[in-house]
Amino acid sequence: MDFTLVAAQFLNGLQLGVLLFLLAAGLTLVFGIMDCVNLAHGSLYMVGAFVCATVTLATGSFLLGVLAALPATFAIGVLVEVLVIRHLYQRDHLDQVLATFGLILVFDTLVHLIWGPEGLSFPLPQSLNGQVVLPGNVVFPVYRLLIIAGGLAVALAMWIVITRTRTGMLVRAGASNPRLVNALGINIRALFTLVFGAGAALAGLAGLLIAPITEASIGMGNEILIVAFVVIIIGGIGSVRGAFIAAIIVGLIDTLGRSFLDGAMKLVLSNQAAETAAPAVSAMLIYILMAAILYFRPQGLFPPRVR
Amino acid sequence: MARPDSDSDSTRARLRRASRNPRTLAGAFAFALLAMAPALTGWLDEPFYLDLATRILILAIAAASLNLILGYGGMISFGHSAYLGIGAYAVGIPAYYGEYSAAFQLPLALGASALFAFVTGLVSLRTRGVYFIMITLAFAQMIYFAFVSIEEYGGDDGLVIDLRSEMGGIADLESGVQLYYAALTSLVLVTYLVRRVVRSRFGLVLRGSRDNDGRMQALGFNTFRYRLACYVLAGMIAGLAGWLLGNFTNFISPEMMDWTRSGELIFMVVLGGAGSALGPLFGAAAFILLEEFLSGFSIYWPLGFGLILILVVLFYRGGLDGLLDRGARTTRSTGPSNPSSREPERCSTDPAA
Amino acid sequence: MRNKLAIALGLTTCLLALAFHPAQGADKVKIGFVTTLTTGAGVIGRDMKDAVDLAVEHIGGKMAGLDVEILYEDDGFKPEIGKQKADKLVKSDDVDFVAGFIWSHVLLASRKSVLDAGKFLISSNAGPSQLAGKLCHENFFSTSWQNDQTPMAMGEVLNRKGVNKLYVMAPNYAAGKNMVAGVERTFAGEVVGKDMTKWGKDAQLDFSAELAKARASGADAIFVFYPGRAGSAFIKQYEQAGLVDEIPLYTVFTVDSISLPLLQKAGLKGVLGSLMTQFWAPDLDFPQNHKFVSAFREKHGRYPSFYAAQSYDTVFFIKSAVEAVDGNLEDMDGMRAAMAAADYPSVRGPYTYGNNHLPIQNFYLRQVAEDEAGNWTTRVVETVYTGHQDSYASECKM
Repeated sequence: MDFTLVAAQFLNGLQLGVLLFLLAAGLTLVFGIMDCVNLAHGSLYMVGAFVCATVTLATGSFLLGVLAALPATFAIGVLVEVLVIRHLYQRDHLDQVLATFGLILVFDTLVHLIWGPEGLSFPLPQSLNGQVVLPGNVVFPVYRLLIIAGGLAVALAMWIVITRTRTGMLVRAGASNPRLVNALGINIRALFTLVFGAGAALAGLAGLLIAPITEASIGMGNEILIVAFVVIIIGGIGSVRGAFIAAIIVGLIDTLGRSFLDGAMKLVLSNQAAETAAPAVSAMLIYILMAAILYFRPQGLFPPRVR
Repeated sequence: MARPDSDSDSTRARLRRASRNPRTLAGAFAFALLAMAPALTGWLDEPFYLDLATRILILAIAAASLNLILGYGGMISFGHSAYLGIGAYAVGIPAYYGEYSAAFQLPLALGASALFAFVTGLVSLRTRGVYFIMITLAFAQMIYFAFVSIEEYGGDDGLVIDLRSEMGGIADLESGVQLYYAALTSLVLVTYLVRRVVRSRFGLVLRGSRDNDGRMQALGFNTFRYRLACYVLAGMIAGLAGWLLGNFTNFISPEMMDWTRSGELIFMVVLGGAGSALGPLFGAAAFILLEEFLSGFSIYWPLGFGLILILVVLFYRGGLDGLLDRGARTTRSTGPSNPSSREPERCSTDPAA
Repeated sequence: MRNKLAIALGLTTCLLALAFHPAQGADKVKIGFVTTLTTGAGVIGRDMKDAVDLAVEHIGGKMAGLDVEILYEDDGFKPEIGKQKADKLVKSDDVDFVAGFIWSHVLLASRKSVLDAGKFLISSNAGPSQLAGKLCHENFFSTSWQNDQTPMAMGEVLNRKGVNKLYVMAPNYAAGKNMVAGVERTFAGEVVGKDMTKWGKDAQLDFSAELAKARASGADAIFVFYPGRAGSAFIKQYEQAGLVDEIPLYTVFTVDSISLPLLQKAGLKGVLGSLMTQFWAPDLDFPQNHKFVSAFREKHGRYPSFYAAQSYDTVFFIKSAVEAVDGNLEDMDGMRAAMAAADYPSVRGPYTYGNNHLPIQNFYLRQVAEDEAGNWTTRVVETVYTGHQDSYASECKM
């Protein structure tokens, strides 16, 4: 286990964590403020990837793809909020789970209808396709480094918006006591729609960032959605700070588990058993972590204060 | 929000009414139809539809188990498919070693499910609301990945079960018709059991805890124990469904424990009407027939399915059974109507409310 | 009361509507074809379906004077669903043959349903070791290969290229395990690292951690098996990680006519020149292959994949059996004997069957190259194996 490998895996874990944070940030706000479970959040991640891929392939510019996909996911988020989600705020979680589960099916099938089953793959601009050599001789893809930097910048911007602006204040107030905000006569409906749209755009951002690495494919959001839920539960529902810390923890655990667990398991198991068991066990790690945290802190690591 | 103040009175009143409710007629009709299904499919020479009916019955048992904790206990488990998997592996793993006896497999299925429910219940039941939803999901994912990682039992590929459980002289499950009747018998027994449990003092405490846990505790009930017992019972019933499912499909894989399956079970319960005795059967039947019917049309069937799901939630509350009940209520003018008790249960996340 | 009645009636109608299917004609050859039409893997199923439709067109929709009817079923990439569909095909539709099957685990799950019903089971792709060995069956045939064979050929190629240290990656399911076992059986050097990644509906597509490990392992070559969409994702990341110039890539069933247009559209030139082994190639010089490839390209504007080739063969293979018994579909023995003779024009050229009813055939080394129109395709470089039989045939008691 040499230093360069550990450092590279640490960066890989950080990159996954940052991506998870982008997805989880919107989820935790919608959850915390509107008290609404939105399983369809992953669908916007998928839509972001598809829109970006389509525009990039048509224009040849990744930047244009990004600039098209962000408003598109914001608009779709607003549309979904107005048509479906808005009517679920006063319902119980059960209805929300079911209706948004239905939304997943609708989104997946619409994407299948529009783009066909095969998904979209597109290249990175040449300038982003290379690698950088970091101190300590760690070779790392430029683009993944860019994801880390971009994600951290978004996190910082969110922190400023939430702690320094009036909208942010309302969002914070909404997360800790939604009824009070409503009682103060704030246009809570517009605020909800705005937050939902912003969350959708963040999910779209996460999707379009991963698409040049993997691809835009049907159902890509469902796989990562469950992990994003784990993140917001660990972090404490409604807490953006909690979501950030939990996302980094989950990203690191998942990546480091995939990297080093088989080696560790070979010490106790046969090679064959360790090789096949390790990926599944490392996938289990984050759920074990979540169960353990909920056992000791049933409200997650950073529950927004008053409830 | 539910109305805790009128709770126990309305519950009793509902129980009294239920015994006179014409809904039981609908149930009797449904069971009569089910009892004749093998003859019907045999006459039509369409054995595939017997399979379809068997699948409905098995999933109805699983849904009945979920209904017990979700509908009456207010515990929304998003990991109920884990028990289907445990029950099915209790057929598959012994069969892998050449042990086909139901006398061994069935207790194993029930015991393993009970154990899993007990251990995970100890942790999960400490949480409430959406945290409960997520932690049950987490446990289901853990056991899903655990079976994925066990190379010996096929990992992701699953196991083919060569022979179904041997029932001694009682029944031959290799026959589709006999398996069907085994599932039907199980469903009748489970429905009866759930009814008995819900109507007992135990069930009253459970429902009281669902609507206002703090109050039940103040009354001196250790509601945690009640809920845990209920959770374990539900796990065993779902394990029974899993045992039947393993026998039915002759194949098991971790896929059976996928979280979408848990979502489907919730849908069945809600579609049928959460907290009603026959709801799970109606829900499972509607779900599977809808799926079969739509998927015959086009590969884009999930679109229609998703839209129906959204519309059902937005506009059509209380499920199929609620519709029956509403129909029944319009024919009777006696008794105060209590619509809230027929609606899918709100989860009691905010005790402060 | 009225509502209740309406519901009860509704349910009954539903059941009855399902029960009364259109009446079935008797004088027809009915072939069930199970493949994946939904999910991201649906693109493979589409290729197979296109090839089967083309083959049916080429035989004029007739076998021994009987009409041919193909019933496509979608397995949704899940063994359980695949088995249900196979059950439906043999029980409800009463087909004579069940063919298709992309995925080894779906085939393994469906095997019993089809064979117990006394129907022929024909794999148009999947070749799990179990069906070649202990679970072989007189009514099971394959028009593809046994999973281990192609990577075994690749192991030979790696030896000839002088590779000493190999890094291996494959998805963690039946075929992935077979592929790894295959390359390990013939590769003479040392396997310095191995990753079996999550497969299925929620397959792992981000290989950052694995590629970092591969780089650190000091391997001379990477061997991967990533069928379908995972393949192009892997190749992109392999290029992004800057491994193209460091560790050469050798693949099986990863770079194919489905992924190549996508990779070309994405401009991933790193894949040009990469090597793979296969039993067939679009440029193999047989009349049947010319006919198939040119007609397929004309109709669909793309090269057929090996999935398509095997599916096209499946139809002609069944036709040879039906014609051998003059359309008497009751004559299972006659059809079986005809199939075992492999007496039909295959796109891969003539081949024979082993005792386990898996092909004994050639394997070629192929290289990604541009065709005259600038489309990326593969060309045969050399023949690695001639008349190669799988390693499990001896375990088959038949």
